[in-house]
Amino acid sequence: MSAITYLEAIREAQFEALRRDKNVFLYGQDINAFGGAFKATKNLGAQFPGRVFDSPISEDAMIGMAIGAAVEGARPIVEMQFADFSSVGFNQIINQAATLFWRTETPCPITIRLPSGGTAGSGPFHSQSMESIYAHYPGLVIVTPATVEDAYWMLLESVQLNDPVIFCEHKFLYYHLKADDLGQPMPLGKARIARPGRDATLVTYSAMLHESLKAAEELRLDGYEVEVLDLRSVKPMDTDTILASVARTGRLLAVGEAFPWGGVTAEIITRVSAEAFHLLDAPPMRLNSKDTPIPYHPNLWKSHRPTTATISARLRELLRY
Amino acid sequence: MSAASSSPASHSPTSPGAQAARDDDNLKEDFLRTLRCMIRARILEEKLGSLYRAGGRIVGGVYLGRGQEAFSAAAGIHLRWGRDVYGPLLRDQAGRMAFGEPILDTLRTYLGTVTGPMRGRDGNIHRGRPREGYMAMISHLGSLISVVTGALFARRMRGDLGDSVGASSIGDGGTSTGAFHEGLNLAAVEKLPLVVSVANNQFAYSTPTQRQYACNDLVDRALGYGVRGHRIDATDPLACVTVMREAFARARAGEGPQLVVGNLLRLAGHGEHDDASYVPKAMRDTAEARDCLQVGMDQARSQGWADAEQLASWQAQAKREVDEALAQVSKEAAPDPFRENWRALSTPHLLEGAHE
Ligand SMILES: Cc1ncc(C[n+]2csc(CCOP(=O)(O)OP(=O)(O)O)c2C)c(N)n1
Ligand SMILES: [Mg+2]
Repeated sequence: MSAITYLEAIREAQFEALRRDKNVFLYGQDINAFGGAFKATKNLGAQFPGRVFDSPISEDAMIGMAIGAAVEGARPIVEMQFADFSSVGFNQIINQAATLFWRTETPCPITIRLPSGGTAGSGPFHSQSMESIYAHYPGLVIVTPATVEDAYWMLLESVQLNDPVIFCEHKFLYYHLKADDLGQPMPLGKARIARPGRDATLVTYSAMLHESLKAAEELRLDGYEVEVLDLRSVKPMDTDTILASVARTGRLLAVGEAFPWGGVTAEIITRVSAEAFHLLDAPPMRLNSKDTPIPYHPNLWKSHRPTTATISARLRELLRY
Repeated sequence: MSAASSSPASHSPTSPGAQAARDDDNLKEDFLRTLRCMIRARILEEKLGSLYRAGGRIVGGVYLGRGQEAFSAAAGIHLRWGRDVYGPLLRDQAGRMAFGEPILDTLRTYLGTVTGPMRGRDGNIHRGRPREGYMAMISHLGSLISVVTGALFARRMRGDLGDSVGASSIGDGGTSTGAFHEGLNLAAVEKLPLVVSVANNQFAYSTPTQRQYACNDLVDRALGYGVRGHRIDATDPLACVTVMREAFARARAGEGPQLVVGNLLRLAGHGEHDDASYVPKAMRDTAEARDCLQVGMDQARSQGWADAEQLASWQAQAKREVDEALAQVSKEAAPDPFRENWRALSTPHLLEGAHE
């Protein structure tokens, strides 16, 4: 098999999901003949006639429709054209989908794909990372794959789950990230040690994994071994794996691309501080984007989000303490 | 007053009238089913109102459909439990009963017992049994239209839509939401068999319709969505029955969504906590302020379909049913926080421990 990209993995997972289960269908803007804004559904409409549908520009109704279909036993995969536009469907996601099982014992097997995160030049409304917002709500599973393998296997697993899944796929990884093959499935809900180390624990997910791995490599040149954890899903968050790592290293840095107020990195620090304060040799730290909307110009954009350089700097600070 | 006025000519060519109705046995049957649901709903809701005023047993608000029973039930009688899809809203006690919801479900949800469909997790009008085609409304107005549409969509995709139909309702205020627009537009694009009834009861909580929309008549919007519109004097049960029959028949026949606008006045407060003092006195004397239940009982008698004795026996029977159900529910357990599983996901291994 020739190299497969993160985006192709997402397409392949949808192909496989459609192939395996007649109840799966795809719903989104421009996804049928056009193949989607990013071509994540390329050819699927032709390969699965009557299973891939173009929707009107109605994120609220798109999610509502998927919920109704799920009640009837369907397993819709809804593509938001960009994660940012899921704000228009926010009500249906957090109030209708997320509460359905709890209120009525009716499972809600919908998967909402959110093309997430920043790419240079995309600006404030085509760059957002929404995982922290959705993770706040009970009743949702929030998946944040950082690898080609996870993009494939976790999307397949998401479609099989009987709960609503917010699948945050990172646009920066779409074409940049390649793997030789799709590898092996690893269950959703478990974090992965992406790089072992003994001096500090860096917890991250999605595209920030790759910046973090480069930062860890830089620190190796200074003689530090940084352990990098890939959360894979931010909800559930695999606290045990985080705590076990912190027990070995005594130091914690949490890195995320979302805005800094609250959110996933704050949650990591809260859990470690509350449950493993005695294991820490230094105050836990975190690094997020800046607290402004996401800028358009590449010069500004690169400084807005964490990068290898800013992660390395923060790691040095943590290790010096 | 004419029994039924359908939509403007451009929307609906037929103009069913009371005269033709008299000859129609099915119409009689539909009318009487509607009327009985109206009677039952009124009696149940009067009980809910008195429980609320007495205090102590109903937690939270009580929202009544007084005056809207005809419009609601005339739609509900066309829905078959387990086969059609219903997404009712706050003033649809009569429609819910017509659909087949037992009185026990209503009382158990209002009283919050564990035996009810919502098990104390949600209350009052926020109830349903989605797997049986009975969607459980969330508060957010307009958001059920797309959900009902989705259920129909899934059935059609699988090839088992058959003759099933979906129905959802909304108020004048709810038509201003984006969700209403998105949902109806989507259903229209998909040409699904959906009947959306708009109970234009002149107020959204305290807000009059002039502050809600600027079109002449909400039914005019049907044209913009490419759906058929129908307009009814919703205080007139015979008109409601006649027009709803047509709307449901057209939806089932594959003509796509039907928008039915019923004009009436809300004859209760927004909720039982609300004295509705903002409703001008003059409005209470208009034709819209007629009580559809009174009109319906008069119609039953004048059509020779039910006499006073018959009507009284239906009322007595409904009262008995309500009293018995309440007695039963009164003995049932309230939810116990120590037995509650506090789980919002159906997948056990993805549940998080408490990390507060
Ligand atoms: C999206 C949304 N905004 C606000 C509310 C609060 N609210 C509940 S009922 C209501 C008035 C509804 O009026 P209308 O749609 O005319 O229905 P009616 O109560 O008259 O039957 C309002 C504002 C809500 N439930 N949903
Ligand atoms: Mg109203």
